[in-house]
Amino acid sequence: MTPAEKAKAPPTTVPRDGPDLTGPELEARLHRTWARPRGLIGWLSSVDHKEIGVRYVVTALIFFAMAGLLALHMRLQLARPESNLMTPELYNETFTMHGSTMMFLFAVPVMQGMQIYLTPLMAGTRNMAFPRLTAFSYWMYLSGGLMLWISHVMNISPDNGWFSYVPLAGPQFSPGKRADVWAQMITFTEVAALAVAVTLTTTILKQRAPGMTLARMPIFLWSTLVTSVMVIFSMPSVALASSMLISDRSVGTQFFNPAENGDALLWQHLFWFFGHPEVYIIFLPGTAFVSEIVVTFCRRSIHGYSVVALSLVATGILAFGLWVHHMFATGLPRVGYSFFTAASMSVAIPTGLQIFCWIATMWEGRPRLTVPMLYVIGFIFTFVIGGLSGVIIASVPLDLQLTDTYFIVAHLHYVLIGGGVFPLIGAITYWFPKVTGRMMSERMGKIAFWALFLGFQLAFFPMHISGLMGMPRRVFTYPAGMGLELPNMLSTIGAFVVAAAVLLFVVNLVNSLFRGVPAGPNPWDAPSLEWAASSPPAPYNFPHIPVVESRTPLWDADGSLRVVHGLRVEEPELLLTTVVSATPDIREPGVAPSPWPFLSTIATAVVFVCSIFSPWALVFGIVPAGIALTAWFWPKKPPPEGEPVIV
Amino acid sequence: MSLPFRNSGSAAAAVALLALLGACDRESRNTRGQPLGETVPTGASPDTIYPGNSQPPPLTAQAAAYENNAYAISQGQQLFTQMNCVGCHSHGGGGMGPPLMDAKWRYGGRIDQIAASIAEGRPNGMPAWRSKLTSEQIWQLAAYVRSLSGQVPKDAVSARADTLSNTPPQTQQTPEPVLPAGSAQQ
Amino acid sequence: MKPGRFTALVVAGMAVSGCGGIQNALGGQAVQSRDFVSLFAVFMVVCTVMYFVTVGTLMWAVFRRRRATEACTVETGRHEVSAPGSRTALVVWTTLIAVGLSALAVASFFTDRSLAAAARSPKLAITVTANQWWWDVQYTPDNPSHIIRTANELHLPVGVPAEITLKSNDVIHSFWIPNLAGKQDVIPGRVTDAQILPRQIGQYRGQCAEFCGTEHANMALDVTVESMADFKKWAAAQLQPAIAPTTPLAAAGFNYVTTRQCSVCHNITGTPANGQLGPDLTHLASRKTIAAGTLPLTRGNLYGWVADPQSQKPGSQMPTMQIAPQDLHAIVAYLETLK
Repeated sequence: MTPAEKAKAPPTTVPRDGPDLTGPELEARLHRTWARPRGLIGWLSSVDHKEIGVRYVVTALIFFAMAGLLALHMRLQLARPESNLMTPELYNETFTMHGSTMMFLFAVPVMQGMQIYLTPLMAGTRNMAFPRLTAFSYWMYLSGGLMLWISHVMNISPDNGWFSYVPLAGPQFSPGKRADVWAQMITFTEVAALAVAVTLTTTILKQRAPGMTLARMPIFLWSTLVTSVMVIFSMPSVALASSMLISDRSVGTQFFNPAENGDALLWQHLFWFFGHPEVYIIFLPGTAFVSEIVVTFCRRSIHGYSVVALSLVATGILAFGLWVHHMFATGLPRVGYSFFTAASMSVAIPTGLQIFCWIATMWEGRPRLTVPMLYVIGFIFTFVIGGLSGVIIASVPLDLQLTDTYFIVAHLHYVLIGGGVFPLIGAITYWFPKVTGRMMSERMGKIAFWALFLGFQLAFFPMHISGLMGMPRRVFTYPAGMGLELPNMLSTIGAFVVAAAVLLFVVNLVNSLFRGVPAGPNPWDAPSLEWAASSPPAPYNFPHIPVVESRTPLWDADGSLRVVHGLRVEEPELLLTTVVSATPDIREPGVAPSPWPFLSTIATAVVFVCSIFSPWALVFGIVPAGIALTAWFWPKKPPPEGEPVIV
Repeated sequence: MSLPFRNSGSAAAAVALLALLGACDRESRNTRGQPLGETVPTGASPDTIYPGNSQPPPLTAQAAAYENNAYAISQGQQLFTQMNCVGCHSHGGGGMGPPLMDAKWRYGGRIDQIAASIAEGRPNGMPAWRSKLTSEQIWQLAAYVRSLSGQVPKDAVSARADTLSNTPPQTQQTPEPVLPAGSAQQ
Repeated sequence: MKPGRFTALVVAGMAVSGCGGIQNALGGQAVQSRDFVSLFAVFMVVCTVMYFVTVGTLMWAVFRRRRATEACTVETGRHEVSAPGSRTALVVWTTLIAVGLSALAVASFFTDRSLAAAARSPKLAITVTANQWWWDVQYTPDNPSHIIRTANELHLPVGVPAEITLKSNDVIHSFWIPNLAGKQDVIPGRVTDAQILPRQIGQYRGQCAEFCGTEHANMALDVTVESMADFKKWAAAQLQPAIAPTTPLAAAGFNYVTTRQCSVCHNITGTPANGQLGPDLTHLASRKTIAAGTLPLTRGNLYGWVADPQSQKPGSQMPTMQIAPQDLHAIVAYLETLK
């Protein structure tokens, strides 16, 4: 018998879901099998992707708020020329913390958190491929963030910018441990991001529901796959660079010492080789949110599915060939620059194709302007400005005037907030009913949207002007009489409007959590698989694994989805399918909740934090980390029945 | 649904807290020298006789503030090259002047004694810097000189300067004992 | 309106709206920055058109009137059907983008060539060394007896192509005079260069444009573009050693400056003060600002700066010294004579 036939065969002595075991009795037994123990230990041991996804998103939003407060402080300082609200040291620490928190502790983790939550549900499986690794990644992320912010509270926060260029961040010009704290935060968050990327890639490639070929999977899964592969290829570069920095600073290596044949530019190449793909790692999930929202609210499948999927892949590949455009002012050979100008401009083409497909979908369907759709429209209005200012600075002669000025600050916020945060808020509003079982307030959502959209334009459009008028970046003040007062004051006012809008969104979120209108499984009548699960989903996601026959399974299902039968009920079990055509392949044991990811994090975090102060921590720290990892990977006894579990 | 996030304060945070608690002393950056009436002590050399016992009085708080301060040591490192201390002392190995990375301190190896030596000058060629450098700069130099013999905790020194490599990394320096001036081992 | 005239109008509009700023990328007062303004105008026109095409299409797609039965939605059972002509529209859109981007890229490359052409055969050689947080400027003609050293200021004769060799003594800085040219990073361990061919006489301001530490915001330089005659006059004055003090107060200041802390770091040509670590003060009083553009050169600012630099520019390398009041009067009196 093929595995597919075996899966559909009548149950033997092992209880399996099927026509004989279905409905509430099945759900009760599955709940017993898949739910985690209650209490603190259970909470620390959770390997449920939904819980971990929520933790990621909530933690990231908290960091977003904290970094936003830092931004408000900076805007207050810059509202007037020659202001002494903040000392230069405090300002430098503030913009470093703002940038590092937003980029490493908010933008990537929140996207990964959404991906962790949604991927198994959209793919029609019960959990991620490596649940304990996912749990470990959350604790590592939290530890890195806590380390950075505790250092800020204790006044040893890094102060060299989120990019920490050497030689300024090197041993001679950055005394103390500030730059080392930054570099180890990188290590924490990079390990976390890599872990998530690995598990997401595996889940998407091997755990999709039967029949969900690569050509039928939701655009969101395509984007998750592409960004996860991008993370795998780009994160090691920054981890390497930060390790080299720590090494220079603590044991006196010469990687970045020009006097000893090191090179200050080496840092920039390694950092930006990561840094450029990083912004696409933030942007592509945003486009995925947009695709999903547009499909649901225009009541039709995405126009040009292949175009959109291939655009995602093309953007992901092209993103690795652009990094020198962050270094146009460094004096590298001009012929090389021309290549990067051409590449930087050509990366606009796949994004332009995606925009075409979204607009075509809206044209062909019947758009309904709910709050998520408003954010999609706001995204297009805003992100395209950022993309076009990006085309402007892709040109070397233009970049040589505009780089390191407020024009770039405007550009980066337009693409990251317009292209990342707007879709994110729309996505949170869209999937809130699924996660919590309640709807968010539509009225409050619309007010928050308009406040955010208009406040954002007020805050960041004048920065194009102040950049053109000669205001460099990362300055704690500027001279009076240069015409910079008006743009800066407008930006400050806009920043406070944005803060109010975010606050309104959070109020809406919290209020709807307790008093929102209860929602069924599919309040928006959306087509993808996650809307077949209950709201909120049970720990096992689906009582039976669904079978997929089109790109919009819930719309084409005629009332009920076909399902697979035969997975075990008393032990957690998943169905693996083949990579391209998603035929059922192997039944894989699921993973029970385990405290070892949390304990491994403690061990690893101790090693990383202590290695800031002494390299011996890396040597002695192997012992506790090794013990934790050994306990984690200790082989489990196979279940007592004679039937093999792994085929 | 219960509120999801409850920061149970992972032990990692507690450890980080402990590790960073010693930070305040090391990381503060005092660019102005407080109070402004800062002076370098005179007469703190080992030849001075003190009533009671023959030990010099304990370090003042001001001197202690410079001892393990990363910013002060880093400024001292830059001043050491800029003021051409390397011309006589090389990078601690000595030449025309005595080595600074060993255990022998003719005029005392405490930070205030080093600062007094820099300010007053010493016989056989050590110039007097009192009127050429501010007191704050002299304290910074003294803090750096202390680090050449490994007296400073390893987390306050930087491993190297951005120059030609001429000493083992400062963070690998084994601490040399500071022998009293009159000791027989000198 | 012909495209050329339209572009010229846009350029003029932008230059005018730049409104005579002294640190303004739209100033266009040199060949390099004028090339920037022209290219920027071209890009702005193309990008603005593309933007309005995009959002216009978006608004049309969202708000166009359509009958419920016509739409290709799940309710009408046609949610997989594409509208006729969408394939053509996709091709047109892609071609539009590709052509637009290619045109912009080509325009950019032509500007690159123009900048390279302007950089050939420089006639004036200057070396600027960036420090935390000030600029060491040295004019390095072929004749070594005409080497001029100054700090935080640049004088350029109009119409003469200058090549500025850039070095750093510590961290990465960036040399940027927006009215005249794009920026060039200054990287320790490397030598980079910038070319400027100024076309308009005036007073401008440059600023460091790469984060370099605590006082990155206060690392500016004053740039004077003047006629050749004025430039030669300035150069001749710079070549003179420091003016000897004439009043007793200035003489007392001279004594202090040349024998105490000041002489350790600062150089005043023709006096015993020959420190090489800080800005050259030989002709301090002929400059417009002090402390790298932080403070205008006035008597009060000189007092404040000398008495307590750390309160004006905390973190700068000039330490706060204990100076007795009568010494302070003397020092400032002397410094004011250093024209």
